[in-house]
Amino acid sequence: MIKAILIFNNHGKPRLIRFYQYFHQAAQDTSYCKAEDMQQQIIRETFHLVSKRDDNVCNFLEGGSLIGGSDYKLIYRHYATLYFVFCVDSSESELGILDLIQVFVETLDKCFENVCELDLIFHMDKVHYILQEVVMGGMVLETNMNEIVAQVEVQNRMEKSEGGLSAAPARAVSAVKNMNLPEIPRNINIGDINIKVPSLSPF
Amino acid sequence: MALKIVKGSIDRMFDKNLQDLVRGIRNHKEDEAKYISTCIDEIKQELKQDNIAVKANAVCKLTYLQMLGYDVSWAAFNIVEVMSSSKFTYKRIGYLAASQCFHENTDVIMLTTNQIRKDLSSPNQYDTGVALTGLSCFVTPDLARDLANDIMTLMSHTKPYIRKKAVLIMYKVFLKYPESLRPAFPRLKEKLEDPDPGVQSAAVNVICELARRNPKNYLSLAPLFFKLMTSSTNNWVLIKIIKLFGALTPLEPRLGKKLIEPLTNLIHSTSAMSLLYECVNTVIAVLISLSSGMPNHSASIQLCVQKLRILIEDSDQNLKYLGLLAMSKILKTHPKSVQSHKDLILQCLDDKDESIRLRALDLLYGMVSKKNLMEIVKKLMIHVDKAEGTTYRDELLTKIIDICSQSNYQYITNFEWYISILVELTRLEGTRHGHLIASQMLDVAIRVKAIRVFAVAQMATLLDNAHLLTGNMQRNGICEVLYAAAWICGEFSEHLENPVQTLEAMLRPKVATLPGHIQAVYVQNAAKLFATILKNQEGNTDSTAAQETSQMMIDRLPLFVQSANLEVQERASCILQLVKYIQKLQQKDVEVAEEVSALFAGELNPVAPKAQKKVPVPEGLDLDAWINEPPSESESEDEQPKAIFTKEEPKHSRPRHTEVDEKELARRREARKQEQANNPFYIKASPSSQKVYQEAPGVEHIPVVQIDLSVPLKVPATTPSHPTGLPMSDQYVKLEEERRQKERAEKKKKEKKKRKEKRSGRGKKHDSGPESEEDITPAHVVDIVTEEMPENALPSDDDDKDPNDPHKALDIDLDNLLETTARRPLADSEKLPVRSHRAAGAPKSSAEDGEAENATPQEPKKKSSKEKRDKKKDKERDRKRSKEEKKKKKHKHEEKEEDLLGGQAEEPVVQSEETKEVEAQPTSTSAEVSDLDFWLSNAPVPSNTQEAATVAEAAPAPEAPAGTAADSEPEEPKDTETEESKSSKHKKKKQKKEKEEKEKKKKKKHHHHHHHSDGGGEESVQNGTVEEEEPLPPMSNYCLLAENSYIKMVCDIQGNLQDGSQVVVSVIFENKSDSFLKSMEFNVLDSLNSKLQRPEGSGPHDGLTVPFQLPPGVSNEARFVFTVQSIVMPQKLKGTLTFIVKNEDSSTHEKLDFKLHFTCTSYLITTPCYSDAFAKLLESGDLKSSSVRLEGVNMPFHHLLARICFHHHFSVVERIDSCASMYSRSIQGHHVCLLVKTSGQTVSIDAKCDEPTLLGNVLDEIKQTFSQC
Repeated sequence: MIKAILIFNNHGKPRLIRFYQYFHQAAQDTSYCKAEDMQQQIIRETFHLVSKRDDNVCNFLEGGSLIGGSDYKLIYRHYATLYFVFCVDSSESELGILDLIQVFVETLDKCFENVCELDLIFHMDKVHYILQEVVMGGMVLETNMNEIVAQVEVQNRMEKSEGGLSAAPARAVSAVKNMNLPEIPRNINIGDINIKVPSLSPF
Repeated sequence: MALKIVKGSIDRMFDKNLQDLVRGIRNHKEDEAKYISTCIDEIKQELKQDNIAVKANAVCKLTYLQMLGYDVSWAAFNIVEVMSSSKFTYKRIGYLAASQCFHENTDVIMLTTNQIRKDLSSPNQYDTGVALTGLSCFVTPDLARDLANDIMTLMSHTKPYIRKKAVLIMYKVFLKYPESLRPAFPRLKEKLEDPDPGVQSAAVNVICELARRNPKNYLSLAPLFFKLMTSSTNNWVLIKIIKLFGALTPLEPRLGKKLIEPLTNLIHSTSAMSLLYECVNTVIAVLISLSSGMPNHSASIQLCVQKLRILIEDSDQNLKYLGLLAMSKILKTHPKSVQSHKDLILQCLDDKDESIRLRALDLLYGMVSKKNLMEIVKKLMIHVDKAEGTTYRDELLTKIIDICSQSNYQYITNFEWYISILVELTRLEGTRHGHLIASQMLDVAIRVKAIRVFAVAQMATLLDNAHLLTGNMQRNGICEVLYAAAWICGEFSEHLENPVQTLEAMLRPKVATLPGHIQAVYVQNAAKLFATILKNQEGNTDSTAAQETSQMMIDRLPLFVQSANLEVQERASCILQLVKYIQKLQQKDVEVAEEVSALFAGELNPVAPKAQKKVPVPEGLDLDAWINEPPSESESEDEQPKAIFTKEEPKHSRPRHTEVDEKELARRREARKQEQANNPFYIKASPSSQKVYQEAPGVEHIPVVQIDLSVPLKVPATTPSHPTGLPMSDQYVKLEEERRQKERAEKKKKEKKKRKEKRSGRGKKHDSGPESEEDITPAHVVDIVTEEMPENALPSDDDDKDPNDPHKALDIDLDNLLETTARRPLADSEKLPVRSHRAAGAPKSSAEDGEAENATPQEPKKKSSKEKRDKKKDKERDRKRSKEEKKKKKHKHEEKEEDLLGGQAEEPVVQSEETKEVEAQPTSTSAEVSDLDFWLSNAPVPSNTQEAATVAEAAPAPEAPAGTAADSEPEEPKDTETEESKSSKHKKKKQKKEKEEKEKKKKKKHHHHHHHSDGGGEESVQNGTVEEEEPLPPMSNYCLLAENSYIKMVCDIQGNLQDGSQVVVSVIFENKSDSFLKSMEFNVLDSLNSKLQRPEGSGPHDGLTVPFQLPPGVSNEARFVFTVQSIVMPQKLKGTLTFIVKNEDSSTHEKLDFKLHFTCTSYLITTPCYSDAFAKLLESGDLKSSSVRLEGVNMPFHHLLARICFHHHFSVVERIDSCASMYSRSIQGHHVCLLVKTSGQTVSIDAKCDEPTLLGNVLDEIKQTFSQC
């Protein structure tokens, strides 16, 4: 079983996190820790473990303390600015998972056409959808890249035919127009927005 | 202008999609948190909109924020809304968000059941796919139970895309809802041979995960997997299968034999390193499982080791790492073959990669011998000095200690060397393992008596130089060493050369900066030292010196009296007063040394850490019994210690012993010591002299003595600064080498002498020749005192299995299901629940879950009791017969049984052979075992294999469709027969048998009942057939509710265990017509006391839609929850069911009235009760009593009890002859106790309950039950 998949950059900023097991602090601990905090802790710890390793050392790491137990291993690959870390237990083949990471990254490369960190930053959702075709619920679903790409593309076409999310803003604007305008300012902190909006520089 | 900006920003606000959010966050690096909080405010606004597109957009952004660590659980409901959108785009967003942030405790998950079900059956395969993917991440036990059936159906979907997802998700379903494993398994197995490789791979994946935890249940699949392995070309599948075989071989060595050849072929042929590696791994597992009896097994080992060497030598660090990992597995069973690669492994210690170094260290642990220990440790010490990272250095340190101390210091030949190693280790800065070193020092000093002199000297130096350690002591744990040093110096102070100096060192003001517990030891041991010094000084008749020492104590101790640490303070004050008193006496010239040293007389023996645990519980002592009445609350938490004793079997045993040769060694040492004691030339170690020079020419039996001569203890002069430049331990290595050489020479000489003089020497233990393990004698007379254990301690290694392991629940016997239909068909109760309306708080606790697990293995026994009764006579007959047969040979008997059993026995010859084996372990799996045996016992000719595999498949797995009742009927007698005849083997006396019978009955009852309460499935599927009309099968609680020409309703009412005010009514609707029934609506007129629970927002008179439609002839079950206030009186509620009857041309609206009868019984819940608790309850006097007499009851007593148990939810507390006590509890916690007596046809029931009205009604109902039959 794959317990978690983490992608973060050289500075430890998460780009994608996918937990297949619910990690949270043990209940007997007095300071009950929320899943989100726990996840961030795991990311930090994993980053700490992985980042200090040279590129020419092996890609396996005995698990961190948080993700737990001697049965777990971190298997990772480092591509340019990104770390792809899979946390797995002993039922997975180490080299197999390394191959799987390669397949995943190559798939990303195909889907995004020369993938770079920015693609992952701005399209986290799409990366998730691709990952969902590779790994499901912690188990390897498909390792054939063509099959993965085909399924992803069909779904993207479906999204496009539905108008995608991009249709949303137009409709949203019309929704706003239909709203009772005087009511809106009450809900919004205008002062804040005035400050914020100008500083939004277009990319 | 301002307005324009406002409007613009509003537009922008709604414009902001995920990309904008990300961009915004990147632009607000300095105040990211603030920016995000405004974004969250915006998102909250957006979520309030009705527009689903806006919501979806917002949810998408939340998913991103969740990744950054923001809690978004507050939006869970909105996520559900987006999930239920009809558009794929939004649905996908919703499911993604759900899979990221939902978990078992998310309460809105309950709301998703129907939505997910809808998506699963969506015509669009991608809707289904998205739902499956999402569900795989947040499936809960409830969801698993409710959707298992739907997912099962999807496993046969036309699209492989859905099939593979459905197959994979089944694993998650099994984990959450283990009951689904048996019914789903046949289909899962089918998928192993799916035409689509992806589906096949998924099925392999799932079965491998399952088998990894409970391999024995999947042994019978080995032929199929073997076929797959030889035919598949997909490396992923191969790897998984090979891994699975690795888990299976330990259980079946013959399988290993079969595997070796194809695996070796794969190793030779494959180019994929991953596959090669897994093959090697499994071959290793095979070799471990067949530790002997393989002719060519050394060849396989060689092949593995050789391949691994290639891996380790590879420049790819990953391969190197894995090679070492696999090597350590071989090491356990074949250390010799690994040891030849010591050079390679030592090389790996120099690797720049820490993971590899750690692996190599692990290997070293297993590779040490007496011969190479010093060398290896020396190497490691060099690494310790070089290591930069503290973690790696600490790892090294623990490894060194592990290596040296393993199996009771087996490999240490020179303990002085070891002590000096330990002392050297104390110079590590910043290590966390001070306590580890300390405990080693203590352990060695206590257990190796001969080393004490040396150890004490070393510790004294340590104490003297404490300031060197304490320089940075505050932040590191190394000062723990001082704890050991102080204790050793104190306890064995008679060996100290200069006790006054040590005492002085222990009382320095600087000591006050040490941690409290160390100071305490200092103070205590200062007192011990003081006692020794007094003794010495008084012996010298030097009273002033003694008084000076006392004065020093009195001067220094006040420092500790002021300590903030209570322990230190207390000890210091005590000792201070003592010393003051002593001083007074001294001034009067009284001899006190004797008395003072009496304070610390006696030797402390080492006690094994587990000793306390191993003290057997004396007979008659029940540690679980309460001494006082338990406090009413907070009983949940302190139940853990129980396991300590219960796990261990109360058998007598010897104290724990170490390895045999170790024992042997100790014995020999003991003998030698004895000799020494009787030898006038031998001078025992005394405090002053360690060097015993012995010239006695004829006494050649003690190498020790000679060595002691050769090891000048003065060499390692001062610890921190070694004048010779060499670290002390290295000098020992050198000395040791010299010593060994000398010894060898000596021995040769001896041999010669012996040959010459033909004199039988006592020291001929050592043979000459090349230096072997045995040759290396310890440098000291080492008496390793074994740790003390209590008398008749129980030998057991605590296997701490995690009780919460979800996989434990999946330990379900699947074999019978697969191979034979006769043995254990799928019980009806095991079918997956079909769609049904679930009560919000479904009456199913985890405890019940556990019970269900326990129940499963006994499944065959809990056939409906009607059948049981039918078979009763048969059983009786069988029993008689089996008793006769018992006298015959068992073997024969078994055969006969086989014949009776198996018309399906494929290989009678094989089987009869097999029965002999089976005889030994009377499990009911002989038929299936024989299949496997057949496969295994045949030569691995492919055609044969195929055949065997097909045989395995030929026995069709029972899908058990509704109405198997008829099918299973003829098999039933066999079942019971097997059971009976088997039990007859074990039971000698009829009485005993009957007793067990009773117990079995009791169990049956429980299980039977249990299955009603939990799945409700038992009758649910076969309901309408014959069960209800016939008077004979009364053991069903489903009673007719209403019936007309279209539909029949039967219902069962159960209290809800978790909620004292809830009652769950399970209604089975059966379509009796030829038409389609739909839009069923169930409505009840609420009374003041009882109300139907309706979804929020619906009015008090609205009906509940039954969540399914009924095709002709089909039945299904729905559950409805009622709230009740008072439960002491029975209730009747009027209700109506409306539905539409749809023919091909017309549809009519129909209705059916019914009366729902809530009996008082339905408020009772079967609760087990122990007899002592029961007795207490009766004694308490809070209960009102009442009684009833039943006349003309014409049934066996245990049937009567069974009925009461079953129909009225009681459990039997105790049964003595024709008298039984029973117990039950109402959902509101009323206790109901019954005492049932029978004489002839009269049954009298005396009952007690804290609620008289309830009791009266329950008794009436019991009376009613028996008047009906």
